[in-house]
Amino acid sequence: MRSTRRNALLVTLPPFAWIALFLFLPYCLLFCYSFWSLSEFQQIQHHATLANYVHLFTNPLYLTVILRSLRIAFSVVLLSLLIGYPLAFFLVYHSGRYRHLLYQAVIIPLWVSYLVRAYAWKVIFGNEGVLNTLLLWLHAARHPLSFFLYSPFAVIVTLTHIYVPFVVLPVVASLEKIPRELLESSSDLGARPWQTFLRVILPLSLPGVISGATLAFLLSFGDFLAPLLLGGPSSVMIANIVANLFGADYNWPLGAAVAVVILLIVVTILSVTQRLARRQGLA
Amino acid sequence: MNFARKPILLTGFAGCAYAFLYFPIAVLIVYSFNRDGVGGFPPRHLTFDWYRVLFADSAMWSAVENSAIVALAAVVISILIGFPAAYALDRYAFPGKAAFQRLILLPLIVPGVITGISLLMLVVSGGFHLSLTTVILGHATALTAVATTEIFAGFAKLDRSFEEASADLGANGLQTLWRIVLPLMRTSLLGTALLVFTLSMDEIAVTFFLIGRENTLPLEIWSRLRRGATPAMNAISTIIFVFSVVAIFISQRLITGGEAGPAPTPEITPTPIITGATQ
Repeated sequence: MRSTRRNALLVTLPPFAWIALFLFLPYCLLFCYSFWSLSEFQQIQHHATLANYVHLFTNPLYLTVILRSLRIAFSVVLLSLLIGYPLAFFLVYHSGRYRHLLYQAVIIPLWVSYLVRAYAWKVIFGNEGVLNTLLLWLHAARHPLSFFLYSPFAVIVTLTHIYVPFVVLPVVASLEKIPRELLESSSDLGARPWQTFLRVILPLSLPGVISGATLAFLLSFGDFLAPLLLGGPSSVMIANIVANLFGADYNWPLGAAVAVVILLIVVTILSVTQRLARRQGLA
Repeated sequence: MNFARKPILLTGFAGCAYAFLYFPIAVLIVYSFNRDGVGGFPPRHLTFDWYRVLFADSAMWSAVENSAIVALAAVVISILIGFPAAYALDRYAFPGKAAFQRLILLPLIVPGVITGISLLMLVVSGGFHLSLTTVILGHATALTAVATTEIFAGFAKLDRSFEEASADLGANGLQTLWRIVLPLMRTSLLGTALLVFTLSMDEIAVTFFLIGRENTLPLEIWSRLRRGATPAMNAISTIIFVFSVVAIFISQRLITGGEAGPAPTPEITPTPIITGATQ
């Protein structure tokens, strides 16, 4: 069938060209830059050197920030699952006739601007923010509490708020796939509700948990806006370092090296969770 | 397992979860009408002044205009690239398919910063200047991943027998595409366009590195936020929120043809790339 082959070529070529030019080539450039260096006069030197990577791995600052980013991302995932899983469970099994509406209510915040939501938390946590003035008004505190804003705490709460729906949606999808007969037979065979949950529902919903958690983890790991807006020096994340090196601290080669490290971490995490998901799918 | 019983604890928890999701949005809206500015409990002195300030703010409105231009262009490009990409992923086997799929979906999971700086290097290496065009390029590249996932999901739900019938009746590939596939994919394409538009109107991470002199709306808001919170920011946020909700309802109407039915659910989680499954 020569015509299908020609069609296939015609259909595949434009996206192929686009990807080659605007995804593959930029990533190659990123890789190249990470081996270049900056001269005294801020000129980019096109000689391959490992200096950027040596600097990265010998200066404890970078490792600290990477570990902090991983820790923040991990807290966000944990909180999102703690809030999102029960919510998904409620939606699938107990939401009754308002189910459609309640499901939409999880999606609507996704359509609300990221910036708007991050900013809302700033309004809540600020020194003269809603939370502090409320505490003063209730006489629960004498002075405004300053630890809310400009701390990893504020960043974690904000990112959790943003990524809860990302966890709820895939968990709902995987809970919906569980045949109700399985639950009935589990209870007919004498399992108590919590046993059915632990041994039937939870294992079968793991693919949804894994895909939601992975997405929330990767997106919060690479976030740089929430730390800029709500975090102080104690919550600088790795993407902030890249942004600074491409901005005020002008050192593109070093920035590119940090970006390559981020990319490697992302790809590693992704392949681990993919393997986990595949094992779940086969089990 | 008795599912008819209402578990009070779980329902209460779900209530708290919804409160967590909506509390910040409610705070924003309430304080946009507060005369004494952001913060201060309880809010008093209802006023529309902040909206008046906002409507007189010409820089803000030209940013809105820029954002709309960028978003429309991003919708067109990402669908023009995403449609054939999704079609190819759904229908054809070709060498390098797995790599092709990974690469095109990569911007979904790679931090926006990285997409932003790599495109910045491309633009600078090519000797181009930063402008709204480079922002469009960035949005189109990042959002093609979204468009491809959404349209791919649409293809997966498509009933192939219509196309087979069309071919049996003598239509060629192009005719079948134009008269059968595209109309059947209308819902999916509309939903995709709307999602890409919304995401583009909100994009910061990639835009941050590719912006020239003209600001998009989120970057305009961003630059002002860094100088400090003002209730005018609450006002614009409220408008954006209302606009988003209205957009969802309109799309729901468009897609279901006026009947009540399921709203377009964004296939926001790139399950194919995370599970590594093509089909």
